[in-house]
Amino acid sequence: MSTTLKTAALVGIVAAAVSASGVQAMDQEKCYGVSLAGENDCAAGPGTTCAGTSNVDYQGNAWTLVDAGTCAEIDLPDGRMGMTAAALKDKGFEGIKRDLPEGLAEDVQAKYYDPSMMSDS
Amino acid sequence: MFDTPSPLPPLPGVGYKPQHYSAILNDPAPVGWLEVHAENYMGDGGRPLAQLRALAERFPISVHGVGLSIGGPERLDPDHLARLTHLVGWLNPASFSEHLAWSTHDSHFLNDLLPLPYTLTTLERICDHIDEVQEALGRPMLLENPSSYLAFAESTMSETDFLREVTRRTGCGLLLDVNNVFVSSVNLGYSPQDYITAFPMDAVGEIHLAGHDEDEDDFGAPLLIDSHGREVAEPVWALLDQVLKQSGPRPLLIEWDNDVPDWPVLAAEAQRAQAALSQGALPPSPSGRLPRDIFGQKKPGGGAHA
Amino acid sequence: MPEASTTEAAFRVGLLRADGAIPEGVTDGAGRPAGRRYDVYRNNVAVALREALETGFPAVAKLIGPENFARAAGLYLRRDPPETPLMMQYGASFAAFLEQIDALRGIGYLGDVARLELAMRRSYHAADAVPFDAGRLAALEDSTLRAARLILAPSVQVVRSPWPVLSVYRYTMLPDQPKPQARAEDVLITRPEFDPAPHLLPQGGAAFIDALRRGLTFGAALTAAGADFDLPATLTLLLQQGAISDLQTA
Repeated sequence: MSTTLKTAALVGIVAAAVSASGVQAMDQEKCYGVSLAGENDCAAGPGTTCAGTSNVDYQGNAWTLVDAGTCAEIDLPDGRMGMTAAALKDKGFEGIKRDLPEGLAEDVQAKYYDPSMMSDS
Repeated sequence: MFDTPSPLPPLPGVGYKPQHYSAILNDPAPVGWLEVHAENYMGDGGRPLAQLRALAERFPISVHGVGLSIGGPERLDPDHLARLTHLVGWLNPASFSEHLAWSTHDSHFLNDLLPLPYTLTTLERICDHIDEVQEALGRPMLLENPSSYLAFAESTMSETDFLREVTRRTGCGLLLDVNNVFVSSVNLGYSPQDYITAFPMDAVGEIHLAGHDEDEDDFGAPLLIDSHGREVAEPVWALLDQVLKQSGPRPLLIEWDNDVPDWPVLAAEAQRAQAALSQGALPPSPSGRLPRDIFGQKKPGGGAHA
Repeated sequence: MPEASTTEAAFRVGLLRADGAIPEGVTDGAGRPAGRRYDVYRNNVAVALREALETGFPAVAKLIGPENFARAAGLYLRRDPPETPLMMQYGASFAAFLEQIDALRGIGYLGDVARLELAMRRSYHAADAVPFDAGRLAALEDSTLRAARLILAPSVQVVRSPWPVLSVYRYTMLPDQPKPQARAEDVLITRPEFDPAPHLLPQGGAAFIDALRRGLTFGAALTAAGADFDLPATLTLLLQQGAISDLQTA
């Protein structure tokens, strides 16, 4: 945009944005509930009931998904519940690159295009 | 460099929860002061600090730390002590208190108040740490007795002897948590009345009350859990009466951290604390204030301005 | 500084250990071994940290369900316990951790949802700032405008994702939201007063804001934002949300 933006156009766009910003946007998203995130306190927890130390906690990186949250309702290419990268490849997916937008920062690209992310380790 | 703050009043207080903000301002009922956990007000801004600023205009504030790890063998985290010094300098609260416990291991914070043996070695360690805190804050602090689920075989001192020696060496005051006394006495099998009788009551600058849960150990013996999730238990109120007879009126806090109820329930607990203060206690000392050696003067043997 | 005793050292190491061993030298007060009394402390540590993660990452927890979340959190809290006593900061590496879990790898957007939640929390605790008077911007001539610097409020956060991260987040956290469609989404988080809110960024908006954050001039940020940059929509959003705290002209 910057290379093609005419002088009059830029000043006009900025003035229009300032004018538009005076109209308050609908404030529909106030309640995401972050207000209590990360509180410290000095109370004790669950007693001896092993709530925090069941053996499954220690079984390392590999486990099978045991229940489904709302992600089961979300149907995205490459984002299916419980589907590993290897399973996707088996089904003929070439990976997620084809759906990516242009203009991503290089570090973001590197992160999402990392071939090791596609391995089934 | 700030003015010496007024001490906490010998009235009921409550542990502040953000969901009670409006209710407290509209109807503080018998609540004469508030306590906040230091670590929740160490962010850069936003609602927590704005609320604290507004509350501090209406109420004396007690800052209660849960993260300094005073009881641990490692040196105090200088970054955390700096954060605390900044908060106390900004707020100039009526009181600062911390726990006879540790919470950091290998520079990892474990988010719990963990126990230590009572030996000459740990005594020296605690006193060094308290000296460092009082030096940094430029004021005396209060140290709280813990709730215990087990005992260390290597301990050579009773908890009350240990605390008395800490306060003698450092000039710090004590925060007597009566629920913790009851929980520990049941869990470790001693008389809570004897503990209270032996407690160095002259050093007490604040009293805590809270609810506990019941569990049991491997042998079926009762094991009380310091859950802060319900009303104060009746035997704890009874023990409080004994405390107040010995101590006279003191700032008296209701803590409720889990399953936090609506404000009227908490206010009712504070009301009961008010009744205990006015009925159970001997008349206050002539000045109506706490002993000067807690909030004003340095004791022999080290302390805030050593 | 005095050293920890043998019992103290074992007590400390055992808290996050997998084998469940009880340290020597702790008792019930009557000489019998402490046994499960030690588990009270071990449970407290694990549950307190797990609950902090549940509170901090509610959308991740809803997406994968409570049992999966508890497993992921149980692993994470032992691998990456908090590095400061401020629970408000805990979980900075949780997104990257989730992306390494085999069982969760099929849910490609999960890490970015965690990043969005962490960014919301950082915005919540960021320093306060008063928005600048936007009228000052409208009064500038072209050359002055291009050389000026817009200073972002400390609460401004940007999350970039090749996934529809905001659509997934809204679908998870709000009622009556449409199902997410496959697309990349960049998210702007602002905090007009005390409540952070996420907004979909127009094309080029994330690069523009990143350039402003790096201290580039308005003109240089326009260049950095690319050929398809939607300046009117981005600037209107920033001004409406009070995301700009100052305007510095040369």
